[in-house]
Amino acid sequence: MKQNIINGKNFVTLASSELIEKLTDLKADGYRLGQICATKVSEGFEIIYSMDKDHSLLNLKLTIPEEEEIMSVTGVYWAAFIYENEMQDLFGVKIKHMALNYGGHFFKVSEPTPWNPKK
Amino acid sequence: MSYVTKSPWVIHYDGSSCNGCDIEVLACLTPMYDVERFGIINTGNPKHADVFLVTGAINEQNKGVVQQIYDQMPEPKVVVAVGICATSGGIFKECYNILGGTDTVIPVDVYVPGCAARPEAIIDGVVKGLSVLAEKKAAMGKKPVETAPAAEAAATETEMKEEA
Amino acid sequence: MGKRTIIPFGPQHPVLPEPIHLDLVIEDETVVEAIPSIGFIHRGLEKLVEKKEYAEMVYVIERVCGICSFGHGWGYCAAVEGAMDIQVPRRAEYLRTIWHELSRIHSHLLWLGLLADGFGFESLFMHTWKIRETILDILEKTTGGRVIFSVCKVGGVRKDVDAETLKEIDEILAKIRAEIEELKEVFLEDDSIKNRLCGVGYLSKEDAIELCAVGPMARASGLRLDMRLNGDGAYGELDFEPVVTDEGDCYGRTKVRIFEVLQSIDLIHQAIAQIPEGELSVPVSGPATGEFMARIEQPRGEAYYYAKGNGTKFLERMRVRTPTNMNIPALVKTLQGCDLADVPMLVLTIDPCISCTER
Repeated sequence: MKQNIINGKNFVTLASSELIEKLTDLKADGYRLGQICATKVSEGFEIIYSMDKDHSLLNLKLTIPEEEEIMSVTGVYWAAFIYENEMQDLFGVKIKHMALNYGGHFFKVSEPTPWNPKK
Repeated sequence: MSYVTKSPWVIHYDGSSCNGCDIEVLACLTPMYDVERFGIINTGNPKHADVFLVTGAINEQNKGVVQQIYDQMPEPKVVVAVGICATSGGIFKECYNILGGTDTVIPVDVYVPGCAARPEAIIDGVVKGLSVLAEKKAAMGKKPVETAPAAEAAATETEMKEEA
Repeated sequence: MGKRTIIPFGPQHPVLPEPIHLDLVIEDETVVEAIPSIGFIHRGLEKLVEKKEYAEMVYVIERVCGICSFGHGWGYCAAVEGAMDIQVPRRAEYLRTIWHELSRIHSHLLWLGLLADGFGFESLFMHTWKIRETILDILEKTTGGRVIFSVCKVGGVRKDVDAETLKEIDEILAKIRAEIEELKEVFLEDDSIKNRLCGVGYLSKEDAIELCAVGPMARASGLRLDMRLNGDGAYGELDFEPVVTDEGDCYGRTKVRIFEVLQSIDLIHQAIAQIPEGELSVPVSGPATGEFMARIEQPRGEAYYYAKGNGTKFLERMRVRTPTNMNIPALVKTLQGCDLADVPMLVLTIDPCISCTER
């Protein structure tokens, strides 16, 4: 099987309490942060952290209830501020201790959290 | 070569376009299409510009920017909406952050169709805009600019180019 | 020590074809800090998956960006094909590769032209864009569009390119190659250009890793990072090695891109020589299921496409993570300590594509 197919299907479930530890380990192991994205699911949010090392990809999947606050990973990968602000602005994911927090002004949208509209 | 009695300067602002129309606007300036032969120059300063080229739809954040550039331009001025997004919102019309075409904030004089608008269409749109500019100037009580022959010359040249 | 001043840069700025806003905190003429704010082009097109069927959605995704539009279409299709386990015919893979490499040449030439314009070398800008028009002519002839092609679909491609046209492309590219070799001399050897580029905006290899830089930005800092090595499309059967240099400055990034243009020409020659006969697409029907994370090496770097099906014709989630998005942290870092007059140059060398970034 080609590398891109193996990469694309490599999803691993993770608990939110293990997140920082796991990412710190991966970083020490030489992994790079690829991307972070959120999806609105019925249980709350599904957040995927894609980690890459020498072109092999590991997608860590985290499912959290809507009200749960997750730890920011900017302490491990500073560049994550881009994704975390995006998730905060578009989905309303609650993230604590962000290294660079735009406070909802990173994406200026006409309605708040358009992916997760408040009724 | 003096096809045009005046040199209209254009200013270009990318609303929320996909870049397709923007690179075609830039392509108009380069040797293949070369609008500089009509004296048209792309300027970065709104106070130097006669024609305002807007690409892409209007959203919450760029609304003010477009309005501000328009307000800073001296009278008479012409607005050309380039591409379908600037005209009506286009394929992005249903997106949550799109308010609509350029005419939701400022008055538009010429609409250029296409996704992405072709350089020929953009040149044609600007040339059409020039006659509007002449009318506006006349309405302001000044001597009208003789742009009609220029428009004709430009249109024939574009056609000749297409045939070639 | 001078007084600190904040200078707003953008969204409307002469060197920027696209709006990005930076607050530059300067001390005398030196930038101390740069704070980016984005969102001027945010459309929210990912959310259109709820209104457009997955087969239609490719038209929307292609319009994430008009410069690398083919790659976006391909990345999206690759994600959906991966999720639904669809095997694309070989000929379609080769055609995708050819179009993608042509897009890369046109994108890099576009950037080289803008760079020349940025440091005030107007005639070089014109010359570069003149060569670029030849590539656009090939694209128009084979796909029908100059910037947006709509030839990629889930399951394959829409159009074929006959043997005669392929031969013609081969010949045109051989001719362009000579012209680009000339350009290379100017960009890499000219003293006044070197003055503007060498040593400006240095990004070390460690920083490139730390800040997760991608694409030419990472490769110019010595990282061997190129998603084409994963074997998407026909890349697995073509012989190439990513262009990597260790200068890490604006000069290095220019060098990487100009050598990549030559490499792309090589790749297209190889692909044309090896392209197999066969079907263009496989029929795709039924609801979308599964999930997949696809990666494509865009002209600006690695891009992620995540597709998640929910058993209907509409995808549950579509996510695009574009290369410029990931290069912004590196940009912010390299801006610290540079001269105010070099800011446009630096912003240009990450090859910013803002409509990609904000979608």
